[in-house]
Amino acid sequence: MSEQSATLGREDVAHVASLARLALTDEELDRFTVQLARVIDHARDVAALDVAEVEPTSHPVPMRNVLRPDVVGECLGRHEVLAAAPECEDGRFKVPRVIGEAP
Amino acid sequence: MSGPSTGWEIVVGLEVHCELQTKTKLFCACPNAFGDEPNTNVCPVCLGLPGSLPVLNEQAVELAMRIGAALHCEVRSSSFHRKNYFYPDMPKDYQISQYDQPINVGGYLELPDGSRVGIVRAHIEEDTGKTSHRGESGRIHSADYALVDYNRSGVPLVEIVTEPDIRSAAQARAFVAELRGVLVAAEASDARMEEGSLRIDANVSVRAEGTEQLGTRCEIKNLNSLRSLGLAIEHEAARQVAVIDAGGRVVQETRHWDEQGGRTVPLRSKEEAFDYRYFPEPDLVPLDPDADWKARAAAGVGMLPAERRARLAALVGSPTSQQTDQLQAAVDQGLDDLVVAAVEAGAPAGLALVRAVNELAVDLVAARALDPGSFAALLQLEESGALSPTQAKTVLATLRDAGGGDPGAIARSKGFEALAEATLEGVVRDVVDAHPDEWARYLAGDDKLAGFFTGQVMKATSGKANGKAVAGALRRLRG
Repeated sequence: MSEQSATLGREDVAHVASLARLALTDEELDRFTVQLARVIDHARDVAALDVAEVEPTSHPVPMRNVLRPDVVGECLGRHEVLAAAPECEDGRFKVPRVIGEAP
Repeated sequence: MSGPSTGWEIVVGLEVHCELQTKTKLFCACPNAFGDEPNTNVCPVCLGLPGSLPVLNEQAVELAMRIGAALHCEVRSSSFHRKNYFYPDMPKDYQISQYDQPINVGGYLELPDGSRVGIVRAHIEEDTGKTSHRGESGRIHSADYALVDYNRSGVPLVEIVTEPDIRSAAQARAFVAELRGVLVAAEASDARMEEGSLRIDANVSVRAEGTEQLGTRCEIKNLNSLRSLGLAIEHEAARQVAVIDAGGRVVQETRHWDEQGGRTVPLRSKEEAFDYRYFPEPDLVPLDPDADWKARAAAGVGMLPAERRARLAALVGSPTSQQTDQLQAAVDQGLDDLVVAAVEAGAPAGLALVRAVNELAVDLVAARALDPGSFAALLQLEESGALSPTQAKTVLATLRDAGGGDPGAIARSKGFEALAEATLEGVVRDVVDAHPDEWARYLAGDDKLAGFFTGQVMKATSGKANGKAVAGALRRLRG
């Protein structure tokens, strides 16, 4: 197997890193490109298997409809909640300015 | 500015987020409540704290299936995905939503004018927290910082996505108004736009009339009322036509409706391409309601607005276009049950409808509580001519405020006795004598003047005269 996969390039890793808000150094980009390429190649190996006889599944656990009745339970106290915030104001979490709208 | 110039067609598809009226949130037992103190209805699950696990709310699923049934969707087995993005209103850094296997697919909503808007899907997802932007100007792009309240984080939503079947701002408004009625009938949501329990994004594009290919669309956000929905669609379509007319191309982007400026403005930066990296939510198993549960949910849908309109139309017979508007208004105002009950108690349907819509709508809460038997008895007095329309309206206002009563007794207490025929003849004669020119024209065949004389008689009798009796007296005098 070559060190550089045809399915995954350095720019793909840089893109995924930026989506995940990870600041990677050049050296890390090189290293993770190799590692991630191996993961992708492994997925390709799995994809090559003949699974014509296998039922598709979305989940490894054979369970469906795990549900909870619509009954109110305990919440956290606000003091406790805001204690985890770096900054707060008016009982709310204070965050840096955000440009743009939520998707 | 209004809609685009002639030669262009507006194409609109809507995404409607509707908060479900459950007691608790979608994946945790925190209360689903509007208007509480910030960050009091929160727990490790809806704050996205490490190690917390979501458990699906059964009632949210039931309400989602009701919506599906009410919109004629196929209700299917479904699964949940994580939609990944970074924004402070979403503390987990992903939103749990349904992606390629939504619970409801492929329905439609028929509007009062008979047009149909296709429903692509109606899926379950969790709401985000509420961000308030703080800064000098109060505008998002120049805010200094933001404050976040997570009470809304994890509230159950159904997102309803329409086909691009809508062709005008008016039709978009009619769709949302009708959808609101459906959601309320299904008791799935209170559907209050002003409280944010119904939120709308509009995908707007334009194309040359007569062409099939869809133009490039823009998604318009921040539409907080039916009014802003209509205005934003018209302004955005006009903007796109101007871009094309000037030789440019419409760029696909998200735009924000600026209510004060009366325009749409781009907000998201171009580099922020949509790349949500959806993947299956490993903490939730598939949802696969059996036929019994689906049937129970469908049975929970109350009488839909369309059925209510049809019920009134059947009572009226073959409604005129004015009556069609009135019966739609009666349904929108929740007065149709009263009209139906009054007709069952012997009231004439057309009169019950017009009095309900025109006289009772000023106080809907009182009107909905009005005793239908009293309403019917009053309408019978008016129909028989024992009370003039003006008198009947006055008595009706008293009935409405009291919740009911004996309309005959109220009329007597107000001194409303129908004028004796001889008295009325005398009044009509006096009015005719006072207006000889008009009378001559009436005699010469100008029938419009009957209205003039009726008005004068009403004035002279302070509205006590019955219109039909006046018309009869005029005809007799004409000979």
